[in-house]
This record gives sequence, C-alpha cells and structure tokens, in this order.
Amino acid sequence: MKDGRSYLRRNFHQAKWDEPIIFELSKPGQRGILVPQPEEEIQKGAGRPWEELPDGMRRRSLPDLPQLPQIEVLRHYLRLSQGVLGADINIEIGQGTCTMKYSPKVNEKFAASPKIQDIHPLQHHETVQGVLEIIYKTDLFLRQISGLDRFSFQPGGGSQASFAMASIIRAYHKARGEENQRDEIITTIFSHPSNAAAAAVKGFKVITIYPDEHGFPDFQALKSAVSERTAGLMITNPEDTGVFNPRIKEFTEMVHKAGGLCGYDQANANGILGLTRAKEAGFDMCFFNLHKTFSSPHGCGGPGAGALGVTKELEQFLPVPVVEFDGDRYVLNYDLANSIGKVKMFYGNIPAVVRAYMWIVSLGEEGLKEAAKVAVLNSNYLLTKIKDIRGVEVPYAPGKHRFEQVRYSWAPLTEETGITTEDVQRRMCDFGLHYWTSHHPWIVPEPFTLEPTESASKQDLDEYVEALKEISSEAYENPEIVRRAPHRSVVHKICDDQFDDPEKWAITWRAYVKKHLS
Amino acid sequence: MKERKFTHPYIPNSYPEVQKQMMDEIGIDSIYDLFSEIPEELRFKGKMEIPEPILSEASLVRHMEKILSRNQTVNEFVSFLGAGCYQHYVPAICDEIASRSEFLTAYAGEPYEDHGRFQALFEYQSMMGELLDMDVCNVPTYDWCQAAATALRMAGRITGRKKVLVSKNVNPQRLSAIENYCYPVMEVILVDYCSETGCLNLSDLEEKIACDVGAIYFENPNYFGLIETSGQRVADIVHANGSLLVVGVDPITLGVLAPPSQYGADIAVGDVQTLGIHMNYGGGMAGFIASQDREEFVAEYPSRLFGIAHTEVPGEWGFGDVFYDRTSFAKREEGKEFVGTAAALWGITAGVYLALMGPYGMEEIGKTVMQKSLYAAKEIGKLKGVRVNDFGGCFFKEFLVNFDGTGLAVRDINESLREKGILGGKDLSLEFPELGETALYCVTEVHTEEDILALCRGLDQAIQELKEVGSK
Repeated sequence: MKDGRSYLRRNFHQAKWDEPIIFELSKPGQRGILVPQPEEEIQKGAGRPWEELPDGMRRRSLPDLPQLPQIEVLRHYLRLSQGVLGADINIEIGQGTCTMKYSPKVNEKFAASPKIQDIHPLQHHETVQGVLEIIYKTDLFLRQISGLDRFSFQPGGGSQASFAMASIIRAYHKARGEENQRDEIITTIFSHPSNAAAAAVKGFKVITIYPDEHGFPDFQALKSAVSERTAGLMITNPEDTGVFNPRIKEFTEMVHKAGGLCGYDQANANGILGLTRAKEAGFDMCFFNLHKTFSSPHGCGGPGAGALGVTKELEQFLPVPVVEFDGDRYVLNYDLANSIGKVKMFYGNIPAVVRAYMWIVSLGEEGLKEAAKVAVLNSNYLLTKIKDIRGVEVPYAPGKHRFEQVRYSWAPLTEETGITTEDVQRRMCDFGLHYWTSHHPWIVPEPFTLEPTESASKQDLDEYVEALKEISSEAYENPEIVRRAPHRSVVHKICDDQFDDPEKWAITWRAYVKKHLS
Repeated sequence: MKERKFTHPYIPNSYPEVQKQMMDEIGIDSIYDLFSEIPEELRFKGKMEIPEPILSEASLVRHMEKILSRNQTVNEFVSFLGAGCYQHYVPAICDEIASRSEFLTAYAGEPYEDHGRFQALFEYQSMMGELLDMDVCNVPTYDWCQAAATALRMAGRITGRKKVLVSKNVNPQRLSAIENYCYPVMEVILVDYCSETGCLNLSDLEEKIACDVGAIYFENPNYFGLIETSGQRVADIVHANGSLLVVGVDPITLGVLAPPSQYGADIAVGDVQTLGIHMNYGGGMAGFIASQDREEFVAEYPSRLFGIAHTEVPGEWGFGDVFYDRTSFAKREEGKEFVGTAAALWGITAGVYLALMGPYGMEEIGKTVMQKSLYAAKEIGKLKGVRVNDFGGCFFKEFLVNFDGTGLAVRDINESLREKGILGGKDLSLEFPELGETALYCVTEVHTEEDILALCRGLDQAIQELKEVGSK
C-alpha cells in the first residue's frame, strides 16, 4: 500500500486479439518477401539444375505453407508477442529456480550487432579476435567466481551442461579403467531433474537422496549410497527449496573417498556469487547458466548457455575446442587428450557469452557480491511476508533463512478451500503476474517457488505479495473466482483432456485438420 | 556534504535506506546474517580478480565497441564458408520478432499469460510439418547434433535395438556429438561412402545391417554437398531389416528437394539456422526432430511438443504440452532423455521466416541457390589445376574444390584469399585426408555474379602468387 492506494492491478487485462492460426490467414498469391534472382549470366551458365536431380529427390508438390503479405506476417507475430508476459514486462519473480533477472538492453545491442551476428564460426582466428577475447575473458571471470580452472561455453543450456558433466565423469573413469565398475550417479531430489535425467542418458543408474527431517539433504542416506560403484555426485546447492546444505564439503569428501567425481549444478548460484565457491566446497566441475545468473534473456526457452568449468585435472576431458591466449593472439585449441568430443556444434551460444561478459564488467567484483546479497535479502523479505498469508506454509528448515529462492506450499489452502496451486497460478495471470508451481515430483505438496533476484524493488515485492494475499482471501471467501480463472488473461481455461490422447492430440495444424476437421 | 553511495541501476534494493527497512522486517541486523548456513571454512574471503566495474552505460558501449572492432564480419569479406553454419539472407522481420521484449525475455510461462509463445511455437511446428511432410515436429532442441543424436536414441528405444549405422559422409562435428551422446548405451557403426559417387555405399550398408541395428542415419545433402542418390533404396533395405531410417536435412533445400518422408524416412532431423537466423559465430543453431504421428514415436520424444486445443469459451484457441509425462520434467531419470532450455526463440524466428517465404519463396530460394552454386562451381572449374565436384552428381549449395593439380595447400590458398577480401571454403584436408587438398565451398542466394567472379579472380591470383613464391 502506498498512500492508502493498493499496488494491485485490479483492472489489468492482457492483450487479447483472438488471433487465428497463421494457416487460417493464408491468401493465395500473397508474398511476404522476395528472393534475389540470379543474374542472366548465371541462369544461362547453370541452366535448370533441379531437373537433373536423382530419381525421387525432387519435391513433387510445393509445401503447403501459408501465403501472406509482409504486413500481415508482422502484425500476426506482434499480436502473438502481446500475448506473452515476458520478464521485461511483468514483475518476474514467480519462476523460481530460473533467476529471471533483468537482461540489460545495452547488452542486447552488442549481442545482436552485426559484429557478433554476422561472423562465421570457421573464420580464421585473426578475423575474430574480438569475440575470442570475450570468450576467453568470460572464462577468466568464471574461474574467479568458481575457483575452478577452465571453462567451456559449448553446452547450450543447463541440461546439456549436466549431460557434459555426466560424459566427463564417464570419460574419467574410462581413462582409469574403472568405467564398468562405476555405474552410479548420486543426486538429490531438490536438484534439477536434468541432473538425474542426463546421468541416465549416459548409462548411469541414478540414486536420489531425499531431505532429512530438517530439510537438508540426508547425509546418512549419502553415506549408505556411496560405494565402489559410485561414479559421481551431481547436485545443486542451494537446493531448489532455497535451503543451503551446510555439510556440502562432507558430501564431496565422502564421494571423493569412494573414488567418485563431484559435479556442481550452479543454476542456483545467484545468491552466493563471490560468497562461497565450487572449489572450496570440493567440487571437480560446475556449470553456470548464463541465461540465469549472468543476465542473458531466456528467449521463450533458449538459446541459453551452460558454462561448464572443471579443475586442472579434468581439463583434458572438456569438449573441444577451448579458447587459448598465447600472450598475443586468441586461438582455438582442439588438442585435448581425452576430450569427450562435441556436445554441440561449434563453440556454443556466443551471444549469451557476450551478454554475460557485459553483465560482469558492468558490476565488477563488489557488484557481483552485492547482486547476490540483495537477491537473498529480497528472497527473505518475501519469505517474511508470505509465511503470514493464510493458507501458506513453508516446509523444511523452520525458522531458518533461505537463499535466493524459497519453495512454498499451499497445502493448508487446498485442504481448507479446495483451491490448488494450479488454480492460484491461473488467477495470478489476472493481475499481470507470472507464477510457477514447481518441478515434479511434488514432494512439497501444492508447491510454488519464488525467486525475486536482485532486480526487483521493494515495491515490486510488495505488489506480488499483495496479489497472493488477495487470491488467498478469494479462495476462502469466493473460491469460484479462482477456480474459473483466468478472467483477464489472453485465453480462458483450456480443455486439456486431449493432450494425452493419441487419437485427439494435434502437434501440427495439418494433424489438427486431419483429426478434427475432416 | 556526505558522499552518497550510488544505487546500481540493475540492483534497486542496493539503496541503503530500503535495505534497512527490509532487514527490520526480517529481523536481522546485517545482510550477512542471512548467510549463516554457509560454514566458516566455505566462506570465500578472498578477492575475485575481476576488473573495476564499468559503471556508466556510455563507457560500457565504448569498451564493447573497441573489443568488437577486432571482429571482421562476413560482410567485410566475400565469404564462401559453410560446413554446418550458413550465410543466408535474414529478413528484417525475423530480426524484429526475435528481438521483441516479450519473446526475448519470456521463459516458461503458462499457456495463458504466454499464449503467444505457445501459438508461435505451435505454428513453427506446423510449418515445419508442411515443409517436411510430417505430422509431428518438436519445439527446437539445441541443434542438429542433438536432434540427430536424440533421433537415434529414440530409434533405439522404438526398435529395442542397441546399434545404429551412420554414414561416414556426415558432418564430422555431428558425428562426434552423436558418438558421445550414444555412448555407452548404443554402439555407432560407420558405413563407408562410395569412393566413386561420394554418396552412401549401399553394399557396405547391406554388409553391416543386422538384426540388432535399430537405425541408419545419413545426411542429405551430405557433408560433401552432394544430394544422396538412393534414399528410397536405403529405406527399403533398412525397413526390410525392421530398422528405422533417420535422415538429416537442411530445411532450406526443401522447396526443391523431396523431404525425407517422401523417400521413406521415419524421422527427419536438421537445423533451422538457415531459416532466418544469423550465424552468430555458430550460436544461431536450433535442431528439429520430425516424424509421423504415431504413438510409439511421439512417446519417445524428449522435447516439448505443443498441441492445440479449445478453451471453455467457444472459438478460442488454446495450447498445451502433449504427452507431458514422457519428459524428464515430469519423470526425472524415468523420462525420455532430458529436456531443458534449448533454442525456442530460433524456432519462433524460423516460423516467421517460413511464413514470409511461403511455398513459392521456398521453391525460388532452392532454385536460386542451386543455380548460383552450380555456376560458381563451373567457373571455378575453369581454373588450371583446380577440379570441382570430383564425385560428379548433383549438389545444392556446397561443393568440393580440389587443388591437388596446383601442388598447393588449401591452407595457403585460403590465407592468400583472405588478404584479397575473400573467405575461401572450409579446408577438408584434416577431416578427409583421402580427398587430398580439398575445400568445401558454399554459395547461397546472397552471392552475386560479381562475388563469384571475384572469387575466381582471387583464386587465380592466389595460385599464381603462391606458385611464384614456391618456385623462388
């Protein structure tokens, strides 16, 4: 409340265009753009090479793509964009674990400049010294932030970086002749699902540690999990609950003693930048999500970047190439003894590296620490306010402070009113606010995870809390309004019963036409 | 006057008075009280060696301009580089949409407040479906490497078999990624290319195919730029063996070339970088996986698949995740491989591109590229000692240029071309030593007759100069 006036946007309404599917807009004969025609000499010299195509290799009929004039393509997509509540527009604190911080616009100017966009990855290194310098220096910065010795920017996101870690764990044991013996990876249930999933892709058996009665990863469970079959540990800390595991060093020591490697998913690094590091906690590897902690925008789900760091001993296993500086020139080095090879084409999502570089140099070492401190301050301020909302509880570590995010539960609200976290989610749209539940499985019942980052102001936090409070009151007094939500979003409650039915699901327009219109 | 600590523009609550208020509410005296769970020995007390911050935006701009001035873009040369990343024209509207705040900064919202994200990606899937003549296409994965690797793992699960055959003439970077991704769950066995045609060697395929082979993978055009000649025959061999055919394609070829589904492919994969996305030093990649709409295939996709539905209000379109329970989001290690942040924005952008191009644009660009590249090959082939497209056969936009007859190395020729403002084709002498001093040249719709003639003049001069140096 400010001067008695509520922050809540009761009259918010998202743009609603009832925009047709692009195929419905198609008009025969319309063109959105023309293609440069070959000069006469070329046409004469080349003839009609498509007529020489091998049997069966020539397309028989043109693809049934929509035909629209240019303005209508633009209008269509601009209307769709207005039906997206991006992080630039809403108070983006509802997507916990994802660090939806502000992505500075000036960084975009360079990430999307011809000097980055229009360079080919196979250009001679003499012609790309600028971008190589940025990659190399970002590597140096991340070495400082993690205490590890070398970074690769090849993985295209956190999950692919988890996969690269699992690949390195396997390559390491293979090089030591213990590959077949060591077939288990240990993770925790509040680490991102991709740690478990990527380990399984790499052929490992996954052992998952659950929290002890205090909400910390159960050390006794770890103790009984490690053995001569342990290949490694892949975990997050702080966990997705916002709880920091104070015994993390004992975890890594335990796994090391058993002969395993320790990989650190630093998706949740935003609250600990410069305050505690992978090295001191005993990790052999870590990765940062440049699209989370280091401000690169999330692009509706990528392109992101998983910056993968390792100790000196593990450098030889990194994906190739890595960037080296010989004192004069930046060059690409493909010569790593036991490289896992490629995980992604070329060198990764370079625009994300450019943005991360700019973000770091615009903050400096004090600024990075300040970002972490304020992210945690914001998170605990929210916690203080939200735990008093009727129907909310905060499982685990009672009375303790949390880090950059907190996993809350509406279990009491659901029990008392029948309103679920998914109902709340839809209702939050009506206030112009994004809200996420949590990854599955829902160990915490009716969960939601909030991560305000350092980008939110106190007033932003108050507005968000007020919306939650309002919905809680509605749930107790007028639950129908929540159950029927959203009312002021782009569309109304979706009939989602056909998404799991092979007879009815439609993943393309042509499939929809076949299954439902003919 | 007391000096006031500034508030960093990116950190509103670094303002001391506000921090004090918030700490009072929480009931702490210092922000450090919030970090009490970090044990003493884990607290980092050192100083990170990170330069003093560049605080003003104006200074940051100057700093960046200076560094990036050390990049020379393809626009400052005439470039003939391809080999997995391509210079095609990017329509202005693709940039406009890809840089919209809403799309650029959204992430994982619900199909309500992010309705537009779901619709744009559903439409992308749909337009790819038309281009590929298939009914299912995923929300993009990281790139073609990942798409191919995942398709092979999918094929392994669908067939219950543990081996896959991969043609030796695929992009070596992709082969490396496939091998790493399959190991140790599936075994990758290479199939030779025919030394006469450069295409997949059918007799080697027939020799290596066996009842434990789940799939065969080839690319079309292949790494040498050649259009594979025997798609349907391969499909017949593979299917007779109860295996699946996975084909990698560059989607920009498909206005002219038959999509893989039309010669028997079960899964098509590739990269949409060519559809309206800048090269970004290799950062513009986004992989697609497509198949027919069969439950046993759909059930094996790790990626998100957006589906269309109705809402409670008649006439409204709604969207959502199809068969969500197959994903690692739902099932962790029990899900299909893994899913996470990949390359959705490039999917939206590729959709914009296909909507702009339409059926006729895709046909025209295919024809234009084929004519320009063939013309370039013919002109280069006129140079003494230079052989072009040794294997014969049709190519789309890339072709081999062999310099053995000049006695010179591609490396030296490219060095000399660079001084003349030309980026020569990719040197293949390390990846395919059996091809001698060969480079892979790429010509697209962006090249003009003058560019091609400049290349020929440049090559001619480079060869002369290098020979003169050599004979001294």
